[in-house]
Amino acid sequence: MDAAGILQILIYIAVIAALTPLLGGYMAKVYEGQARFLGPVERGLYKVCGVDTAREQHWTGYTLSLLAFNLAGWALLFGIQRLQGWLPLNPAEMAAVPPDLAFNTAISFMTNTNWQSYGGESTLSYLTQMVGLTVQNFVSAATGMAVVVALIRGFASASARTIGNFYVDLVRSTLYILLPLSFVAALFLVWQGMPQNFDTYTAATTLEGANQVIAQGPVASQVAIKQIGSNGGGFFNVNSSHPFENPTPLSNIVEMTFLLMLAAALTNTFGRMVKDQRQGWAIFAAMGLMLVIGLGVTYWSEVQANPAMVAAGMDGTLGNMEGKEVRFGIANSTIWATATTAASNGSVNSMHDSFMPLGGMLPMINMLLGEVIFGGVGAGLYGMLIFVVVAVFIAGLMVGRTPEYLGKKIESKEVKLAMLAVLIFPVGVLGLGAASLLGMPGAIQDGGPHGLSEVLYGFTSATANNGSAFAGWTANNLVNNTLLGFAMLLGRFVVIIPVLAIAGAVAAKKSVPPSAGTFPTHGWLFVVLLVGVILVVGGLTFFPVLALGPIVEHLMLGAHTLF
Amino acid sequence: MSIHRPKELSLFDGAILGQAAKDAVVKLDPRQLIKNPVMFATGLVAVLSTALTLRDAGGEHFAVMVQISAWLWFTVLFANFAEAIAEGRGKAQAAALRGSKSSAVAKKVASVDARDHQTLAAEKLKAGDLVACEAGDVIPGDGDVVAGIATVDESAITGESAPVIRESGGDRCAVTGGTRVVSDRIVIRITTNPGESFLDRMIALVEGAKRQKTPNEIALTILLVGMSLIFLIVVGTLPAWASYSGTTIPMVFLIALFVTLIPTTIGGLLSAIGIAGMDRLVKFNVIAKSGRSVEAAGDIDVLLLDKTGTITLGARQAAEFIPLSNVNERDLAEAAFLSSLADETPEGKSIVALAKSRFGLSEPKSGGTMTFIPFSAHTRMSGVDVNGTEIRKGASDSITTYVAEKAGRTPGGVPKELVQSVERVAKAGGTPLVVARGDRLLGVIHLKDIIKPGIRERFATLRAMGIKTVMVTGDNPLTAAAIAAEAGVDDFLAEATPEKKLELIRDTQMGGRLVAMCGDGSNDAPALAQADVGVAMNTGTQAAREAGNMVDLDSDPTKLIEIVMIGKQLLMSRGSLTTFSIANDVAKYFAIIPALFLASYPQLQALNVMNLASPQSAILSAIIFNALIIIALIPLALKGVKYKPASAEKLLRRNLLVYGVGGLAVPFIGIKVIDVLVAALGLA
Repeated sequence: MDAAGILQILIYIAVIAALTPLLGGYMAKVYEGQARFLGPVERGLYKVCGVDTAREQHWTGYTLSLLAFNLAGWALLFGIQRLQGWLPLNPAEMAAVPPDLAFNTAISFMTNTNWQSYGGESTLSYLTQMVGLTVQNFVSAATGMAVVVALIRGFASASARTIGNFYVDLVRSTLYILLPLSFVAALFLVWQGMPQNFDTYTAATTLEGANQVIAQGPVASQVAIKQIGSNGGGFFNVNSSHPFENPTPLSNIVEMTFLLMLAAALTNTFGRMVKDQRQGWAIFAAMGLMLVIGLGVTYWSEVQANPAMVAAGMDGTLGNMEGKEVRFGIANSTIWATATTAASNGSVNSMHDSFMPLGGMLPMINMLLGEVIFGGVGAGLYGMLIFVVVAVFIAGLMVGRTPEYLGKKIESKEVKLAMLAVLIFPVGVLGLGAASLLGMPGAIQDGGPHGLSEVLYGFTSATANNGSAFAGWTANNLVNNTLLGFAMLLGRFVVIIPVLAIAGAVAAKKSVPPSAGTFPTHGWLFVVLLVGVILVVGGLTFFPVLALGPIVEHLMLGAHTLF
Repeated sequence: MSIHRPKELSLFDGAILGQAAKDAVVKLDPRQLIKNPVMFATGLVAVLSTALTLRDAGGEHFAVMVQISAWLWFTVLFANFAEAIAEGRGKAQAAALRGSKSSAVAKKVASVDARDHQTLAAEKLKAGDLVACEAGDVIPGDGDVVAGIATVDESAITGESAPVIRESGGDRCAVTGGTRVVSDRIVIRITTNPGESFLDRMIALVEGAKRQKTPNEIALTILLVGMSLIFLIVVGTLPAWASYSGTTIPMVFLIALFVTLIPTTIGGLLSAIGIAGMDRLVKFNVIAKSGRSVEAAGDIDVLLLDKTGTITLGARQAAEFIPLSNVNERDLAEAAFLSSLADETPEGKSIVALAKSRFGLSEPKSGGTMTFIPFSAHTRMSGVDVNGTEIRKGASDSITTYVAEKAGRTPGGVPKELVQSVERVAKAGGTPLVVARGDRLLGVIHLKDIIKPGIRERFATLRAMGIKTVMVTGDNPLTAAAIAAEAGVDDFLAEATPEKKLELIRDTQMGGRLVAMCGDGSNDAPALAQADVGVAMNTGTQAAREAGNMVDLDSDPTKLIEIVMIGKQLLMSRGSLTTFSIANDVAKYFAIIPALFLASYPQLQALNVMNLASPQSAILSAIIFNALIIIALIPLALKGVKYKPASAEKLLRRNLLVYGVGGLAVPFIGIKVIDVLVAALGLA
């Protein structure tokens, strides 16, 4: 740990905190219909699609619209992949994507996961990347934002039957937030040297005389939204450690800022929309606290040298540089690894598989806690609010009052729905992971606890809709493509449906004004309680498998045993 | 009939414990057990574990398996035992209440005037039946007096030995089954069907048999079931993850892990907590019609309290004579004294007392005629005619009008001085009584409301709990404001009528707040029904008692404060034990996980922070701790967690420290101690 590394971490956190109220305030304006600079485009879209903006939806209608829209997006992406061989913009002459991979990839991008069982430059045509993946990058992020806005409205309104109009929320998220930000971001990245073209791959001869095919294409436009929309699906297989996907130190810090920017700002949007910004900052603090703890442990773990390597005579002063870009070093790799797993993004600039056992466990824990440490845009906040429901319920009982949050009573219905959403993680990670271990044991290349970590990471990433991976585990086969596909669907929609049901339930409730008997949910005590509940639920659920994976690997590493 | 008062039971009464031990076994009946999902799961697992133990008789882990199975059964039995103790204590309370009821015989009459009656058992009476009760009869059921007047001994339910008057019409017409007529004869219309009287309902609540789960209890049960499902997935998938790691976990160890993780502590004590809450209420002589209303009491934001009898002593007292400037104070006192001699009201008596103490006045010798004029609602004054001189006292406007008429003037033109005196009294929260002799105004008597001692502190307590108090009074706003300030209430409703009261409750509820009130008169019934918590006074009408959701046998309106505290304590006990139960799991993991995987990964010994003797001993100790902690916490479940009124934040901080941090630490110590014993005794 050196001063420069710690300073970079502090600067990073300061930048995120500074952007939060700015972007948060803007987004609140967008969702309250006060941003109108694209009015004609917006109205035109509603007209073409036949959306009646005045008609707000009941939570069931909202959910059905969302599911129908996502199903259509999935079908479109699946079709494009299967037909890409016949479609234009395919200079590398990519053939149709196999059905199980196309199934997995379509789910992956629809659910904002961007798990990549494939290598982008060797599998997909430019059309698939642009019209297929990039479009889903936008709308999957917008879907998450729509859900959280509906939930916020539920808490903010009193005795309301409706929670907003899905299509309006979707269009506004895309038009006023994601598109303008991505446009500016893409221009910036092009300036930093990122390709944005439709050229065929360039064949080059290296200085050593070897032949190399240099992949390129419309990179900047996809990278901008993949970072901003917590998507993470890289244009290239090695994602943002590829020089074309992350050309300079400046592009690196900017791309890292994009990772958490919107998710963090949504906490402020939440505070503004419920008319109490302190509530938003409390959530921000809870997320920030967990981020800082995770960042600290990961950084500490990575600056340690691998004791087995030191024993073999290597110089340990640099720390664990295996799998890290020398351009970025340990501090920037750990910030990225922590932020990308906290944010449900999944883009990487280093290989998490090569982290120290504990350094690799922390990104996994970031996801296992429910992907609520800022989390995906929208998804992180609604996931966090699920835990808030549980925390508030327990706190309410402990102070002797029927629990309430933001003036809404938390009763058996909300608890039931919240617990349903909480149950998804153990089902997706432990259940489907166990199925994969039994059904496809040969997919694991490395033996021992590290192999178990790889499978665990895979299903964690899929259920958390993150998309990053530990290498060394073969996901691209029928069993794993299918199981991971279901993990992503579970982690997305079986959480979204209860969340929207909660939105509908709380919207219908009367709003109770706070009194001295009400437990305040904006103080440090609540932040600590919330973090405690998240850690305890996550810890109790995943301690046994973590013990069998990274923890025992760490203990064995002490005896110089490697996997 | 003797007085059956619920007496303070010791926490571990021998007879109750004996019966509870038996009931604990009876409660193993799956039909009963399924009401408690966590314990039902534990029971199922105990069956499974027993079967596995029998199958593997004599096998490698046989000795440990026998013990684990036994402790699983104990876990369920301990939980049943906790519930049975709570029920037993409730039954002991209820038995006294019920004792007087069962033997009653009813004299059913065909009509109010009928002289002959038909004798039948009290339980056979239906709502609408008319029964006659004479001196010595036990009233067979709840009802209204429709004819006659009688004194009734209600000590069986209130503990108050002085008989009370019950008469038809008015606010004193309600009678309660089980009480005894001391004199005269009354005819009662029964208002409840068999088994539905509020006593019956309360008995059911404290006995626990027909106890409905309250809304918060249901929500908590869902949370506990959710946690249990998570652990089911954790434990159910563990063999797959473990087999990759080359470990085969014996089924019985998995079972042990599952049971130690699911929230058996709170699951086992949940119903005991609920029953004990009801029980505490009965001890305070309050009868609740449902557990739901007790829970609602904990949520109350606004408390409506009648001024008279609740905030102030029922009667006002004369505090001062304020003569007009041309009148001698002694003259005023004498006139007031004479006019009040025959006045039996507490106010009248206090005027006499004040006059005696200030001027040593004594009752006039016989001789001369004294004709007393009683107070009437029409004239709004009372007085006396002494040898033809008319002395009157009453409300300011009635007396001034009266005096003007006497002097042959047109009403109006009240002396400014009198108006000032009257206002001064009103502003001080008193009631002014104007006194006149003949056509001459003498001055004003200041009748003062006496604030009950200690009431100010109680309101401060309520404020600390986040509850706003509103005083309801028929007084004018000036007087009301003065008394409100003196008593320390937050707000007041002056010139209140039943309609205004109802409106206030509705408005407050529209703002999302929960309202509690108490009342006794028939005209309070709509408001009692509208309030979220309506406490009817036992002395009140049957209509009021039916409309409220609680009845206070002592008819003490300030008891609302205790009711609120009991409601809060009930929720806090549940919340705190839930936190404790879940926090316990951390230590159990540190005991069991290394034990399970030590064979494959000896390095996991590092996680054995408690340094437990052996894997078997670790698992056994965890499960023994898990069972014993239920027993250890029974007293806490029955008494409720400590509650001192404080802000929500303070309460949470305290409870999180005690039950959250405590819940983390206690099992580390407990499991270690048990492990030492298990190892020393060679049990594993």
